[in-house]
Amino acid sequence: MKYLSEFRDAALVKTLLRNINKTVTGQWNIMEVCGGQTHGLVRHGILDMLPDKIRMIHGPGCPVCVTPVSLIDKAIELCLEHNVILCSYGDMLRVPGTEMSLQKARAAGGNVRILYSPLEAVDIAKKNPDRQVVFFAVGFETTAPANALSVMQASNLKLTNYSILSAHVMVPPAMEAIMGDKETQVHGFLAAGHVCTVMGLSEYEPLVKRWKMPVVVTGFEPVDLLEGIWLVISQLEKGEYQLQNQYKRVVSNQGNRQAVELVKKVFEYRNRDWRGIGEIPLSGLFLREEFREYDAAMKFKDIKVPEAVETECLSGDIMKGKIKPPECPHFGNKCTPEHPLGAPMVSSEGACAAYYQYKMQS
Amino acid sequence: MCLAIPGKVVSLEPTSDETNRPGKVSFGGILREVNFCFLPEANVGDYVLIHVGVALSKIDEKEAMETLKYLREMGELDELDPEEENSGE
Repeated sequence: MKYLSEFRDAALVKTLLRNINKTVTGQWNIMEVCGGQTHGLVRHGILDMLPDKIRMIHGPGCPVCVTPVSLIDKAIELCLEHNVILCSYGDMLRVPGTEMSLQKARAAGGNVRILYSPLEAVDIAKKNPDRQVVFFAVGFETTAPANALSVMQASNLKLTNYSILSAHVMVPPAMEAIMGDKETQVHGFLAAGHVCTVMGLSEYEPLVKRWKMPVVVTGFEPVDLLEGIWLVISQLEKGEYQLQNQYKRVVSNQGNRQAVELVKKVFEYRNRDWRGIGEIPLSGLFLREEFREYDAAMKFKDIKVPEAVETECLSGDIMKGKIKPPECPHFGNKCTPEHPLGAPMVSSEGACAAYYQYKMQS
Repeated sequence: MCLAIPGKVVSLEPTSDETNRPGKVSFGGILREVNFCFLPEANVGDYVLIHVGVALSKIDEKEAMETLKYLREMGELDELDPEEENSGE
């Protein structure tokens, strides 16, 4: 497919690897923030091609993985006990809540629908005026415009039976939290290309300056990932720190202003609890007061969820880059995609899922 | 979930309202309905990046070609370097 296959070209991959090998002298830890990039690195065997001096640390960029258990429990409660049509991206389905997953809730009779887009959920609400329809709005900045749009559409249509359960998280505050964690040693970042497609580059300048570290906005194909890594280590070897954009074919400096405007109209930033990591200041998107009738958290605020129990999943250590998935004692035995202890094993962007899928098979 | 994919704009319908600008995009032959309200500048024939049913950006062909050209030239230069050790293979 155009704009995909060219960026998987073996000759270019070899060229980049040669140049990475020529350039690197120090030991560098580079974090790829986005789980999509983690999957690219593992799936294409890039981790095994890189010189030992470069250690890729897999970041927290898996929105499903960081969604608090209480929200999953709430979604389950809504569809099982309150006759709600609960719509979600497929990624959420197998993530364990306190007592069960949405998949099990569906098997138990809950009306759970897996959708490609939140705009489909608005259609479902239109066609089912006697039922409440809730969209489980999980995601980073890339997904926020579509979710904001669904709220605007529902508002224009004057729907009273549509709301979203927002579990939106933002990348820059998470990068800030990672840099502030003394146990994590990250020398440079590959920033998430598609997040920047929406938001542009400006949010990353202060991070680069404050932490004196290179940040390279990077795409998802093997050539993109290797070029991003090469740009980061080229800066590190020269003692430089700059914001660079490897993914110029898709990401412009200013991002998509129309999308950002709508996101800011519908949502506001508040502190958000990240599963396995804890609270990160101003890292979550919540519906503004004027859109509260579309906020499932407000609409169904009296619904009780079970008390969260301690889990054996080490997702926090995985997402902060303290351990790699195979270093977790449960990986591949107690925790598998069929019987996950936590979200990173079942999300399409989870680091554990990437290692299980592409490394356990080989 | 944050993965967005490139596709080619096949058709665009006139805007019905500010939150709905429907069009069709082909992903290697598979057609999907997409909302273009965040990308009013898109035209039929453009390659665009789509995420969860909305178009987010136009793919800049010039930038894509420049990246590829630069990397190819870098590869050609490597081949001229007799000192070059063949690593990563």
